[in-house]
Amino acid sequence: MAIFPFVVVAWILAVGLYGIVTSRHLVHLIVCLIVVQSSTYVLLLGVGYKTGAVAPYFFDVPNHTPAVDPVVQALALTDVVVEAAVTALLLAIAIQAHKRFGTLDPQELVQLKG
Amino acid sequence: MTPRQRRWIFLIAMAGLAAFYLWGLTGLPGFGNYPGPYGDVINSIAVAETNATGVVSAVNFEYRGFDTVGEEFILFVAATGVATVLRQMRDEREHEEEEAGADDEAATRDAPPTSGAIRMVALIMTGPAVVMGWWLASHAQTTPSGGFQGGVVLATGFILIYLAGKFLAFDRFSPADVTDAVEAVGAGGFAAVGVAAVAMGLPYLTNYLPLGITPGAVSSSGTIALISFFVGVEVGAAFILIVSELLDQTLLIRQGSQ
Repeated sequence: MAIFPFVVVAWILAVGLYGIVTSRHLVHLIVCLIVVQSSTYVLLLGVGYKTGAVAPYFFDVPNHTPAVDPVVQALALTDVVVEAAVTALLLAIAIQAHKRFGTLDPQELVQLKG
Repeated sequence: MTPRQRRWIFLIAMAGLAAFYLWGLTGLPGFGNYPGPYGDVINSIAVAETNATGVVSAVNFEYRGFDTVGEEFILFVAATGVATVLRQMRDEREHEEEEAGADDEAATRDAPPTSGAIRMVALIMTGPAVVMGWWLASHAQTTPSGGFQGGVVLATGFILIYLAGKFLAFDRFSPADVTDAVEAVGAGGFAAVGVAAVAMGLPYLTNYLPLGITPGAVSSSGTIALISFFVGVEVGAAFILIVSELLDQTLLIRQGSQ
């Protein structure tokens, strides 16, 4: 199954997007966004994986042991940090929305605005 | 738009996305057949060049160090943003208080008392969490760890204090002014390490410190270890700030409605 991890990526992405589209609560929506973003971690790590290779840490294995791609792992780390930052900001905005409109239902929020 | 219509539009869009995704998959090398070359090149030269056995950290804090400066400042700006967004609300609440009344159920509900078990476990975990965070932040060059991971664990130690006791205790252990300053030191430290290289006539973020003799020793890898430590301080402080801003809200709402 050479493409199974990429199918998992698509599944996580689809589940997260479905959650966002049907969400009735802003906090739920933000969690769904985290799920969507999680698919990119699996994608990044999946792209850099090499069968039979070790993690790119040469602390207790000799140099030049075949290792997976460290660049995508570093990118995944960036991804996590950005996600944390975005989540924090969105949660703060959700608090503000609740105070101003008295609801956290995105569909009601849209009606209020229109 | 009704939820039903919304769902249909979503399904149609997903069908299109799936088609493009499958098309894209046909051009990808299969899972496990990483084609390189960048990862392989870095894996073969990083240890010799930097004396860091943690190649992911070497990528983050050395080869891609400039990106990581930006990444760190994203978090810095996010913490500032959270504080700004919520601070505005604090001023507004003062004149909204009378009209808001007590009809908001969630706001008037008392927090359930913390159970003894949670207090106990949180208290026991606080020390180990801080030590673990410190250890992670200072060992980026050796084993899987680094400033970002360490900073989050470090912040967890302080958040456990909140869980074990009260918000006020959390506030006392990590007062906002001090956390602000610590965050600035962490963020500025990283940038300063880079600027110091410029002052020496080297390109920004050049690794100018001695690399040590043994790869994988804590003292090895020059600026990688130093930058990772600064990042750990910054990330820890940023998370403490974000969490305390959010906790501040619940606490203030409860006080406001009483």
